[in-house]
Amino acid sequence: MGKMLMKGNEAIGEGAVRAGCRYFFGYPITPQSELPHYLAKRMPEVGGLYLQAESEVASINMVFGAAGAGARVMTSSSGPGISLMQEGISYLAGAELPCVIVNMVRGGPGLGNIAPAQSDYFQATRGGGHGDYHLIVLAPASVQEIVDLMQDSFDLADKYRNPVMLMGDGVLGQMMEPVDLGEEKILSIPEKSWAATGRMKREKKNLINSLYIVPENCEVHNIKLGEKYKLIASGEQRWEEYRTEGAELIMVAYGTAARVCKAVADLCKAEGMPVGLIRPITLWPFPGRRISELAETAKSFLSVEMSMGQMVDDVRLSVNGKKPVHFYGRVGGMIPAARDVFNEVQFILSGGAR
Amino acid sequence: MKKIFSRPESLKDMPFHYCPGCTHGIVHRLVAEVIDELDVFDRAIAVAPVGCSVFCYEYFDCDAYQASHGRAPAVATGIKRVLPGSVVFTYQGDGDLAAIGTAEIIHAAARGEKFTVIFINNAIYAMTGGQMAPTTLLGQKTTTTPFGRDSEINGSPVKMSEMLSVLDGAAYISRVSMHNPANVAKAKKAIKKAFEVQMAGQGFSMVEVLSSCPTNWGLSPVKALKWIEEKMIPYYPLGEFKAPSEVV
Amino acid sequence: MYEGILIAGFGGQGVLSTGQLLAYSGMVEGKHVAWIPSYGPEMRGGTANCGVTISQQPISSPLVSEPTVLIAMNRPSLEKFENSVVKGGLIFVNSSLIDIRASRKDVGVYYIPANDMAEDIGSSKVANNIILGALIELTGVVTPEAIEKSLKDVLPPHHHKMIPLNLKAMEAGASLVRTGGRQRMADS
Repeated sequence: MGKMLMKGNEAIGEGAVRAGCRYFFGYPITPQSELPHYLAKRMPEVGGLYLQAESEVASINMVFGAAGAGARVMTSSSGPGISLMQEGISYLAGAELPCVIVNMVRGGPGLGNIAPAQSDYFQATRGGGHGDYHLIVLAPASVQEIVDLMQDSFDLADKYRNPVMLMGDGVLGQMMEPVDLGEEKILSIPEKSWAATGRMKREKKNLINSLYIVPENCEVHNIKLGEKYKLIASGEQRWEEYRTEGAELIMVAYGTAARVCKAVADLCKAEGMPVGLIRPITLWPFPGRRISELAETAKSFLSVEMSMGQMVDDVRLSVNGKKPVHFYGRVGGMIPAARDVFNEVQFILSGGAR
Repeated sequence: MKKIFSRPESLKDMPFHYCPGCTHGIVHRLVAEVIDELDVFDRAIAVAPVGCSVFCYEYFDCDAYQASHGRAPAVATGIKRVLPGSVVFTYQGDGDLAAIGTAEIIHAAARGEKFTVIFINNAIYAMTGGQMAPTTLLGQKTTTTPFGRDSEINGSPVKMSEMLSVLDGAAYISRVSMHNPANVAKAKKAIKKAFEVQMAGQGFSMVEVLSSCPTNWGLSPVKALKWIEEKMIPYYPLGEFKAPSEVV
Repeated sequence: MYEGILIAGFGGQGVLSTGQLLAYSGMVEGKHVAWIPSYGPEMRGGTANCGVTISQQPISSPLVSEPTVLIAMNRPSLEKFENSVVKGGLIFVNSSLIDIRASRKDVGVYYIPANDMAEDIGSSKVANNIILGALIELTGVVTPEAIEKSLKDVLPPHHHKMIPLNLKAMEAGASLVRTGGRQRMADS
């Protein structure tokens, strides 16, 4: 099969279907609408279910039920809706249920607007809901990568029995790029012996639960989760490097901002400036190990975000004081212009003289 | 010797944590008996709420889920849509179902979700310390209505069965009571019918059970049962609000 | 080869679909392409624009903040985006609907009465194709053959009868710039 020109939001839907997802529960919100539109048509074709819930609160709890029953299941939303889902996400993490949650981030706080933003980084990477937990958070930067990461999202969710969040924004959702969907794969979805599907002569009952009323037991549960997160943190850091070899200044950016920064790196190369980009693909676990290595050779870092400065905290933790870490951001639905970031890079490289 | 009374198979052999005189235990038993009689233990799935019955999954021996507060109908929707051959029931109190979970119960009923809801109405938030529930009667004293529920301040009690019965997706809606043995027997019939309606794929089914809370009502168990009869039933009339002409 | 093309006009002028056609054609030719729409709460009407990038190299950023080509289908679009065009770039002005001149002197400006020409050949719906023809003629960003193939791929079969008219419009636009040139266009 050749390449297809697809919108990012549709690619999420098709990627999910190809990853074996057959259940989608969601509530309308901009800017992810093309995804439910796509799946409302596509799910019935593959014997799946698209169900519009009465709220994001209901959708995430439907996801809880379907995931507990062993299905590959997803939901999607944007900022305000994702906030409403946080309680449910905490329950999913506590009950260790695999599922995929898409957040096409928009300008905030509050109702904000529907334009692209990266202001939900803290919410996604620090847990977001109550309790001590982590989501695996993936941040694609192209339509092709969306398709590829949808497969990985479901696989990682099943592998670690953990909710996975795919973070994008309106740019990634609305833009069209050629996509190679590849051959339809025979999926190997792991056996879910823990799923609560009815006893069916099973010796022991299965329980989907996040309640541990005895503190000693809850501590054991928390420590077990903590061990899992450590395993994920050491084994699943992903990133892309662009022109980092010999780079004196390294930009750190993900998603849409990373695409802008690639163009900035191109501009810098044309001007003979040693500037590279590291693009986190996993926002949690954050690819801190590689950034820490690069801090040995690079002279400074610049975190470029569509926020007031959130990921920059993780960059600073990774650089750990070895080199200066700068920040450049646009917010409220504004996208950094390559020319402006280039000027910022020039300013830093020239030692602060404009 | 012939055994004439024993624990239902679907119920685990362990003591309930419920207070003396609370009728939760009886309702648990009725549900378990119905599961046994319909021979659906192996495909039964319980969804526990947040409230006094949060641990009901400890007592029902079938597979179970513990849902977040009010969201049991959404969780049950996810389960039943994935496993249409299962027999799913939620077990929810009045705070869970009629306050925080109002949207979920109404829309599950509207969609005609094919699961059964056991709704325990005891007119109070019991687990958290006797606060006013959406079903607390006018004049009833609770820890948050110390002078009695005043409709000017708190509005009037919510009649969930009446509300839900107007929805097309609701196939079976019934209100029963735990205040005496005859009504307990009627309650069991209603619960069984609700499960049968679910299994026949006829739509959403709910049994509202008027239940006692001696602890938070500040009454003896016997007086609490009398309170159901004298105070609750006049406001919450018993009977079937909606039923299919026949269970197919 | 790199072109960052910004197409802007009123909603309903077919701006977004023209951009998609161009991107699809680039993909048909095996080039790297990206298409990105403008943002706004407007679902219908109002201003619409999209950026199309077509390149031999992988596309770093799909955002067309410094276009090499601007197609302005209405006056607000010309006023809003004229200054963003790179030095030496191209601006196509739909002179059927735009009664002002571009002020830039460091870019090539083509005034094309697209709506009038489209009416002349049969339908105002193909005004965009008039300018698309001119764009392809001047830049070679994609071939007319790629556009023809794309139209067949993208349009549902019952709309295929519209394809000859689309191609005719493109040829009209191409021949205008081929025979006329910038100066004449500017004077027309």
